[in-house]
Amino acid sequence: MQANQRGKIVEIHGGQGLINRMMSMGIYKGKEITKLSQFALRGPVAIKVNRTVLALGYGMASKIILEIE
Amino acid sequence: MIKKILLVGNPNVGKSVIFSRLTGVQVIVSNYPGTTIEISRGYLKIDEEKLEVVDLPGAYSLEPTSKAEEVAVTLLNQNKKEDILILNIVDATNLERNLFLTLQLIEEGFSVIVCLNMCDDAFHHGIDIDVERLEKLLGVPVVSTCAVTGKGIKLLIERLKEAKAVKRPRLSHQERWREIGKIVEAVQSLKHRHHTLREALEDASLKPLSGLIIALIVVYLSFKFVRFLGEFIISRISEPIFFNFYQPVIEHLSMFLGKKGFIHHLLIGELIQGRVDFKQSLGVLTTAPFIEFAMVLPYLISFYFILGILEDIGYLPRLAMLLDNILHRFGLHGYAIIPVLLGFGCNVPGILSTRILESKRERFIASVIISIGIPCVPLQAMIFGLLGRFSGVYVGGVYLVLLCVVIVLGFILNRLLKGYSPELLLEIPPYRLPPIIMLLKKLFFRIKGFLIEAAPIVLLGVLIINLLLYFGLFEFITRLFSLIIKDLFGLPKEAVIALAIGFLRKDVAVGMLLPLSLSAKQLFIATTLLALYFPCLATFMVLFKELGLKYLLKAILIMFLVSLIVGTLLNYLVLR
Repeated sequence: MQANQRGKIVEIHGGQGLINRMMSMGIYKGKEITKLSQFALRGPVAIKVNRTVLALGYGMASKIILEIE
Repeated sequence: MIKKILLVGNPNVGKSVIFSRLTGVQVIVSNYPGTTIEISRGYLKIDEEKLEVVDLPGAYSLEPTSKAEEVAVTLLNQNKKEDILILNIVDATNLERNLFLTLQLIEEGFSVIVCLNMCDDAFHHGIDIDVERLEKLLGVPVVSTCAVTGKGIKLLIERLKEAKAVKRPRLSHQERWREIGKIVEAVQSLKHRHHTLREALEDASLKPLSGLIIALIVVYLSFKFVRFLGEFIISRISEPIFFNFYQPVIEHLSMFLGKKGFIHHLLIGELIQGRVDFKQSLGVLTTAPFIEFAMVLPYLISFYFILGILEDIGYLPRLAMLLDNILHRFGLHGYAIIPVLLGFGCNVPGILSTRILESKRERFIASVIISIGIPCVPLQAMIFGLLGRFSGVYVGGVYLVLLCVVIVLGFILNRLLKGYSPELLLEIPPYRLPPIIMLLKKLFFRIKGFLIEAAPIVLLGVLIINLLLYFGLFEFITRLFSLIIKDLFGLPKEAVIALAIGFLRKDVAVGMLLPLSLSAKQLFIATTLLALYFPCLATFMVLFKELGLKYLLKAILIMFLVSLIVGTLLNYLVLR
């Protein structure tokens, strides 16, 4: 997925702990998010959920499966 | 019967600002999630009734994921539901995400009043929220405020008592988000606006290339400005005061005391060429105040001023994201940069704020790195003052050695310690322009804290040195350690005194090195060792409190090993 692309979350691969944690921050199945940037060498990813900008670790970000519109 | 008001909300929504407004108690506020790591308490008087107000660390939900969140949730569950009133602070620019916690609180059956904060920010973003409608849909009172300017606070206090518990079915997380979607749809309307300069900057600092350039500029300018402002205060304000006004007073006192004797030794110290020398006399009334007020305080003021600006603008989380990759090699994630930066001011708040990190492993690594490799402002000010006279190369050398130690130590700790490091998951706040009055308040608050805690210890330190010197008790200690000090580190055995005093306060310890007339190389090694070898008493206590005895002992072992190795290496590698 490229920077500045928008997509809808299809699935979050991960344990219940991770799903719950993301859930409480507004990242959940069916939600639309925008990717803002991505740092090199498996660096963190910045995403925008509603008006909130979040920084996610690479591993965490790669667990979020999106459907690009 | 309500006894307590608890301030609950997501991180970085302004709970602490509201807390200060309600109670008049000043607490540190910044523009990044996780500023509040300890619980603050204050009192609010409503109709002749005194209510306790408690400021909790921010939480996204009632299921805690970090130590700071845990503290908040534990406190919520400690009290009987009838006894407490929840003041739920909600960020109006982020209504949707914030309502998740709000609904959880209501579902749990707490008495809740919602404070819709940052309404001015929301207005600027073109967000309009129908407060009355929101109140109806939630079933609890909603008051909109702008805590930074104080708008709406009066109304909030008037309506506090209207907080109530309403019955709402317990929803699953998924259902709750659906419900929130409906509520937000009904109350919030957005106006479309063009991209502003501020938003362009916000985006730029999150992109790899432009982010790196911005970071370099910010760090460079901050460092330059801290030095500039610090030196300005020293040369224009503090030194003139000491030399022009204080020196004559002290000289008179010295004369009055007959220039020698026990009392003279304690208060004034030794005269250098017949005169009081603030740097070398080592008296409770001479060197002690000079170190604190003329050498350390100016840098402390300028450091905290710049740090405050960076904090309140909201730059630090962006720096965290930029450094995430590097810090992962040390078993930390990017957010650990915040405790480290705070540690540069003073190790104590730095180590305390490691609570924003999730795992014990991370907190241990960060605490060890801070207490070993991060010199606090007082120590740095003294290093600049003393070593800077020889050459800037030596000053740079100290930083280089510390940086190398941090890198090597980080790698090793990450390899040796069991477990893995959790990944970064961090909210990046928007840039905000802090009102100058808030900045100055925070600066004043921090400096006051420093003076209250540091000044007595500095006096005590100098007093102890004086007594030991007077009664010749140092002989014993110096002989004990002279082997290590002389043969391994190449320092004169008297330097033991300074290293011992370093346990009390590092700035005084560096001051102790001055009368020894060390060579540049010796001074370089001694100050580096002072930074490395052992935390000062206050840091020691906070390490014990935060890590527990077992981890503290581990940390101490690491410190001794590191200083032994580095001290010896420097002595044999650095030639001049």
